[in-house]
Amino acid sequence: MNGVHDMGGMHGMGPVTPEANEPVFHEPWEGRVLALNRATAVLGKWNIDASRHSIERIRPADYLRMSYYEKWLAGLVTRLEESGLVTSAELQSGRPAPGATKAIPLLTAGEVAATTAERGWFERPVNTPPRFAVGQRVRAKKINPTGHTRLPRYARGNIGVVDRIHGAHVFPDSNAHFRGENPQPLYSVRFAARELWGEAAPPRDAVYIDLWEEYLEPT
Amino acid sequence: MDHDHQEVPSDPALRVMALESLLVEKGLVDPAALDELIDTYEHKVGPRNGARLVARAWIDREFKKRLLADAGSAAAEFGYVPHGKEHLVALENTPERHNLVVCTLCSCYPWPVLGLPPVWYKSAPYRSRAVIDPRGVLREFGLEISEDVEIRVWDSTSEMRYLVLPERPAGSEQMSEDELVALVTRDAMIGTAKVTLAGASR
Repeated sequence: MNGVHDMGGMHGMGPVTPEANEPVFHEPWEGRVLALNRATAVLGKWNIDASRHSIERIRPADYLRMSYYEKWLAGLVTRLEESGLVTSAELQSGRPAPGATKAIPLLTAGEVAATTAERGWFERPVNTPPRFAVGQRVRAKKINPTGHTRLPRYARGNIGVVDRIHGAHVFPDSNAHFRGENPQPLYSVRFAARELWGEAAPPRDAVYIDLWEEYLEPT
Repeated sequence: MDHDHQEVPSDPALRVMALESLLVEKGLVDPAALDELIDTYEHKVGPRNGARLVARAWIDREFKKRLLADAGSAAAEFGYVPHGKEHLVALENTPERHNLVVCTLCSCYPWPVLGLPPVWYKSAPYRSRAVIDPRGVLREFGLEISEDVEIRVWDSTSEMRYLVLPERPAGSEQMSEDELVALVTRDAMIGTAKVTLAGASR
């Protein structure tokens, strides 16, 4: 979707303001939101792409206003409700629905160490060879999917060169909508800064973008 | 979409507490596991992991080759990735080339080797400008990159994660690996700083 989350190349956002000696969490609730996201992810009701898409669907004005962990909280609430783990009545009342059976948490304290650093593995075996080779010129397709995609707007229609092939990876555009993993070759594509931004860009600079095969076409 | 509860401008701390209480009562999460998750990211996983990889690569040529060939397996040698593999790529800075990592679409960041990202990395200014104006962004970090140095910006659009292998600073030749680890900052491994003998707070 052409959402406000797709920020590459936008103007007007102001300067970058690093904070010296920044704490991991600025408020205790931020840590709780992170932990709730991790602990509910193992319930298997959604995947990483669906998680991202739940955050992208926050209304643009809210997305820009909210802090990072406020967005995580909003996305989590959306996923809990859409997956049926929690009903909107339960969210309103803050109490389990009368008669609801109590589950047993899948992630217990002793298992955290084994699961936290593990993000999962997204490469999949496929039978077909990659359509494009390292060094080949490719064009990022000019497409505007209304669902989840990882093809940034600033890349669309532009020509780059395949720099490396990461193997076949789960395709976010289908996985986010629970329409299957559809694994396909994932390419690191080098785009000259001038191709993306015009002649005013420094001649040597480049942007490397990871792009799935369906995003690309031969030139 | 109709999510009225998201639009109530109440204190997020209260909303999170209410949500956690509901999920615990429903048996969906274990509060002790939440405590341990927070402790892990506050105290156990952080940029010291990445700094160790960088320092080792500086003093061990064979390790550097392995890091550049497959950074996930190299990180596994130190136990930073529990199942021995991770979608991780190391990008070597040289006198001719400077690498900078961003995620324009969300906030992808190499957690196992750098921990959780700082606020600026997840902010709209950084995400919007790193790809179109990397030199201007770097100037805001006090880093001026010469016009004859190529800047490569890496937009983390997939599950691949990127770690910059910064240049070893001149004058560090006699330092031990542990002394080198102390010099390597988080920002140097994102690409918004160089490593200096002074080290830094970030």
